[in-house]
Amino acid sequence: MTDATAEHVPSGAGQGSLLAKDARTAKRNAAETRFKTYGLIAVCIGIAMLILLMTSILSNGLSAFRQTTIQVMVELPEDKLDKSGVRDPEVMAKVTTFGYKPLLRDSLIATVATAGIETDLDPKDLEALVSDESVAQLRDFVLANPEVIGQTIPVQVLANGRIDGFFKGRVTYESAALDNNVSPEQLQLAEALKEAGLLRTGFNWGFLTLPDGSDTRPEAAGLGVAILGSLYMMLIVLALALPIGVAASIYLEEFAPQNRWTDLIEVNISNLAAVPSIVFGILGLAIFINFAGLPQSAPIVGGLVLTLMTLPTIIIATRAALKAVPPSIRDAALGLGASKMQSVFHHVLPLAMPGILTGTIIGLAQALGETAPLLLIGMVAFVREYPSGPPEGLFDPATALPVQVFNWTQRSDPAFVERASGAIIVLLVFLLLMNLTAIFLRRRFERRW
Amino acid sequence: MTISWLFLILLAVGTMAFLMARGRALASVDGDARNLHSLPIYYGLNGLLTALTPALALLAVWLIVQPIAIDASVKGSFPIGALPEGGTLDLVMSDVRRVADGLDAADAPDALSVEEAATLLGSGGVALGTTLTTEVLTAAQQYRDSRSTMNLFMVVAVLVLALIGGAWAVMRTNGDFRARNVVERGVLVLLIAAASIAVLTTLGIVLSMIFEATNFFRQYQWTDFFFSTTWKPSFSGRGGGSELGILPLLWGTLYISFIALVVAVPIGLFAAIYLSEYAGPKFRSLAKPMIEILAGIPTIVYGLFALVTVGPLLRDAIASPLGLGNSASSVMTAGLVMGVMLIPFVSSLSDDIINAVPQAMRDGSLGLGATKSETIRQVIVPAALPGIVGAVLLAASRAIGETMIVVLGAGAAARLDLNPFEAMTTVTVKIVSQLTGDTDFASPETLVAFALGLTLFVITLGLNVLALYIVRKYREQYE
Repeated sequence: MTDATAEHVPSGAGQGSLLAKDARTAKRNAAETRFKTYGLIAVCIGIAMLILLMTSILSNGLSAFRQTTIQVMVELPEDKLDKSGVRDPEVMAKVTTFGYKPLLRDSLIATVATAGIETDLDPKDLEALVSDESVAQLRDFVLANPEVIGQTIPVQVLANGRIDGFFKGRVTYESAALDNNVSPEQLQLAEALKEAGLLRTGFNWGFLTLPDGSDTRPEAAGLGVAILGSLYMMLIVLALALPIGVAASIYLEEFAPQNRWTDLIEVNISNLAAVPSIVFGILGLAIFINFAGLPQSAPIVGGLVLTLMTLPTIIIATRAALKAVPPSIRDAALGLGASKMQSVFHHVLPLAMPGILTGTIIGLAQALGETAPLLLIGMVAFVREYPSGPPEGLFDPATALPVQVFNWTQRSDPAFVERASGAIIVLLVFLLLMNLTAIFLRRRFERRW
Repeated sequence: MTISWLFLILLAVGTMAFLMARGRALASVDGDARNLHSLPIYYGLNGLLTALTPALALLAVWLIVQPIAIDASVKGSFPIGALPEGGTLDLVMSDVRRVADGLDAADAPDALSVEEAATLLGSGGVALGTTLTTEVLTAAQQYRDSRSTMNLFMVVAVLVLALIGGAWAVMRTNGDFRARNVVERGVLVLLIAAASIAVLTTLGIVLSMIFEATNFFRQYQWTDFFFSTTWKPSFSGRGGGSELGILPLLWGTLYISFIALVVAVPIGLFAAIYLSEYAGPKFRSLAKPMIEILAGIPTIVYGLFALVTVGPLLRDAIASPLGLGNSASSVMTAGLVMGVMLIPFVSSLSDDIINAVPQAMRDGSLGLGATKSETIRQVIVPAALPGIVGAVLLAASRAIGETMIVVLGAGAAARLDLNPFEAMTTVTVKIVSQLTGDTDFASPETLVAFALGLTLFVITLGLNVLALYIVRKYREQYE
């Protein structure tokens, strides 16, 4: 009996021992290894791309957080700045930046001379060491502190963008020789100033607080208005999208009967989640600006558009959170005599809150990084004034962080690439903080049943 | 300003109604809340809701209808003969509106000569399409008049409605009144309204685009739009001489999306397979979040990456040496970067789908002696194929609708070309460029953006619906 089965060896199997691999097994094993390697390579490409992206942004942008300044002893003569002598800022405001310009130039020449630095640059080229913006900053400083008039005070003024670039390695003697805006002699002088301790590179607070600078003054461009505008829009999105999204989810998850209207709403929500963001921009332009007559580039319009965009995300997250609350909670509440509405608002909703908040923060993070719809509603405009406080400020022109990045990429001076990358770092830091908050909320408060 | 005051007054009326209704309910049972049908707060809430909901609804409707009504009445009385050469009534109306706003801002008196008005407007920084004429000024004053009258009516009507509502609620209140049932019905209506906003949004998108796109097709032949191979909008002035064919834009869009998918689908799919079938729990918990970080990065960041790093790199390393072009922005740049953006999208969708394949199928295949890779290739992937196709379609719809990467990475030149190192442009880029800056909503050069948007919306919607259909159908097979 046993012999019969032993003789019937399948013809396809190899004659060799089980321990020695035949050609076919080796081939199959090789294919297995190859396949596994492909997968590993794919994962590594993904991670490598992330690292490459981050390195590119960081290497371009970190230097935006450092800024070169020159310390100048500025003489502020009374007869030029405040002839009346009453120190009234309104009267003093009549002296425009043209009145301050020669003061700063003479002071700079004097400072260079006192430091014992020899230079054969003419005054105009010497003046070009400092930013055009610093004259306006000096004027603002004097108007805010009228008591300094008549004194000679040390002032930290912004260095010109090219000089700043020289100390960050963007400008070299070779490139300066080809550049109309800066000469190697100026760079030499800047180095001499640095040795004399008058020129320093320090943390760039202005980058976070100043408004945007003009095309020729990258050194004075900051994110103040953009951060404020983004903040306003996030507040609007939070104030509108959270209650509406939660209300809609409660209806769909707890009350909605199975009918055509409910189906229509469900299909709409899942489709809206996948509509390209630029289409929401067209909606905002057509409805909120052309039809309702709201002002262009105002945070209110941006906030409304982003609210509509974020709603599906929040609704999907909220419904998942509501679904995760076990039915026994509802049954217990109903059994104790609560109405359906009471069981939802008193018991289910508080238990679902961590999940809802997590979803909301993730939705907000998405909205914060969105650019395309904001371009269409006019947020690309060059805005230098800070919007006033809410609620009027919501209707003032403002810009937003991602749009400011886009704006800066459209300018010719390479210093703006540094600024744009720096702005992205700020944006990513905000996103990181928001996501960490979401993760923290989920870890800390989420209950599993 | 009036609106915010109105809000405050309404809030005060609502609070009053709340307190009075609650007080009346308690008084009707001599302060013993046990004899009430509902908890005291429900009587108060009933007062609040009855006072505010109809008033706020009326306010919203009024704010929407009022501008339309005023526009229509002013338009109707505008002398047709006074239209400037080549101008349309809509154009004049936007001037009228701007003049009216400017005069309001300057707090101008009702009687005003054209010169005085012009100086006032000039000092207020109001820019007009044409010079101010008597007819426009008259219309603007009429516009202001009816607006202030209507505003007054609105305030009165809303307040009266709020008072009536509050009073009615208070009158109805007594110990047997089923306040909780009424309030809960009201809250349910609010919930339904919130849920309907999704439908309203879609409706708003579709209607606004169809409306403006019809305006466009009235001025421009639809056959030329859909079948012409030239995109050359004229910047010389209003209308005339523009060639607005969508084909080069669609070609650029599809070419870039194709390259993006060629990058994203294999990498994303293999990454998903490796992470779900091969990787140990430690590696998985490290690698999966890292890939998903890519999905959380805003597209403007990818755009800058394309502009600053990838574009110049491709130009210097490949395109220039091979003589394929010397433009940093190219189809390849945008496509590669967009592919990177889509990797996490494809991988997390495929991951879900692969995990949904029942374990029994894996066990069966492995039990028959197949290696792991044979199981994946011959059992899991075929079983998950419909889902994977759905994921690829969703990724394609993402790629087609993507804006910032192509704005910064692909260039602005519309052309039909096969060379991937040339700059080309896409539908989304042209929507942005036609709608930013100075726009004139009467010219086909601006309105074409709405026709482009509608096309984009229809394409992406079609892909999404198809993808969801496939994914859903597939999921049902194993449930």
